[in-house]
Amino acid sequence: MYILAIDWLFIIEKLILIALIVTLCMIVAMYATYGERKVAAYIQDRYGPNRAGPLGILQPLADGGKLFFKEEVVPLASSKILFVLGPMLAMVTALITSAVIPWGTALSIGKNTIPLQVADINIGVLYIFAVVSVGVYGIMIGAWASNNKFSLISGVRAASQMVSYELALGLSLIAVLMVSGTMQMSEIVSLQQQHGWNVLYQPFGFLIFFICAMAECNRTPFDLPEAENELNMGYHQEYSSMKLGFYLFAEYINMFMSGILMATLFWGGYDIPFVDETKLAAGIGQNWVAFLSFSMLMIKACFSVFLFMWIRWTIPRFRFDQLMHLGWKRLVPLALLNMLITAAVVLWLNK
Amino acid sequence: MGITQILFWTLTVLVLFSALMVITSKNPVHSVLWLIVTFFGISGHYVLLNAQFLAIVNIIVYAGAIMVLFLFVIMLMNLNKPSSPLKNKWIQIAGFVAGGCLLLVLVAALRNTEIAKNTVEAGTGDIGLVANLGRELFSNFVVPFEIASILFLSAMVGAVVIGKKE
Repeated sequence: MYILAIDWLFIIEKLILIALIVTLCMIVAMYATYGERKVAAYIQDRYGPNRAGPLGILQPLADGGKLFFKEEVVPLASSKILFVLGPMLAMVTALITSAVIPWGTALSIGKNTIPLQVADINIGVLYIFAVVSVGVYGIMIGAWASNNKFSLISGVRAASQMVSYELALGLSLIAVLMVSGTMQMSEIVSLQQQHGWNVLYQPFGFLIFFICAMAECNRTPFDLPEAENELNMGYHQEYSSMKLGFYLFAEYINMFMSGILMATLFWGGYDIPFVDETKLAAGIGQNWVAFLSFSMLMIKACFSVFLFMWIRWTIPRFRFDQLMHLGWKRLVPLALLNMLITAAVVLWLNK
Repeated sequence: MGITQILFWTLTVLVLFSALMVITSKNPVHSVLWLIVTFFGISGHYVLLNAQFLAIVNIIVYAGAIMVLFLFVIMLMNLNKPSSPLKNKWIQIAGFVAGGCLLLVLVAALRNTEIAKNTVEAGTGDIGLVANLGRELFSNFVVPFEIASILFLSAMVGAVVIGKKE
């Protein structure tokens, strides 16, 4: 099917894949809000949401419905276009990370094999850096456009926090790149399948990545941008209805995405531990292996998300100077040291 | 018209339009945001030339780091109010002459470059891929590369020294 010298089948295949992934992210984000409340309730000896449906399983739908029907308020003195653009950008930057992630082994439909990855570019890890560094704009633009001092302070806080923790995050990833010697995400996963998971070689790198990912998602020990007792509500103070919903949703999608990233870069991606995928595929068929490997990735990611929630309801918030101190004086030197040691060991082993 | 050409023309229109918007918008925050759009468009052009590393580094460094700092400063300076247009006629004339001179120099310089002879090979060259570029940078161009990194280091030291004052 070639029209205008464009392979339309390819485009349709990718479009379906993108639609599925976006839907998946939305559903996971919805149920992450439910999970968050259940985890919080368990930690605080409460029941949590248990009215809508069995075990409160329909609670996210009720929440979403409520957000949709709320009145949409656009402040008179705000800059209207940017005010709407803010939550859109937050959502988009949260979602586009998913483009380079290998979600499972390839499907085989008829004669075609369909890889479960939207774009297998050879700069996969750099693409993630780029998305992370662009992720500030959603919050900053929304905060500025609200024309509210609290929002502006929160936006500035968010930006400085994200820019600071981006550095250590990047440095910890460079060590992973040195170990695997490639930037292609699918390649990183298949190397881990052969030589064992990266977390075995890079435990420190993983720890630094984990802390920085938490800071990038604005999760609780690092949720300075939305510190209620200092800033009322933070950058989404003026937002209501689904625009507020987008900001809240984007946070959960970011959390899920960083879970997926941690799984892909450090915990073997879709690799099923102690199982040889090719032998399994001969036994039960390619598509079942794809499904199993995808489920494995989801389990790993969901465990990371659970860890995020656990930490949120355990550790109180940092002060801002403590946050900067941790970022610049602890994590960056540690990540640098980790990178240098990794480089030395890799060089020594190659000789 | 193949997909490459469609993308090329779309990106070109986008880049030119957003670059024009950078200089014509009254609000400095809007200017910065349009400049970010311009950088994304230029990155798209790099991808079309198969210079993937350059494309993504352009986004990381310019759109992701430098423009965030620009936005930061402009937001804190509170330049919301549209500034009044320049009254002084001589400044306007001087600006016009200076801009015209720059345009003249650019056109004269571009006429003599190799662009006229070598047309772009879209999507074929592979020097822009990370592995090839890294090999080139660390073998043939290692001295300029290291000198550039020393320049960055001195800039960083300078920033710290300025920041330390009081």
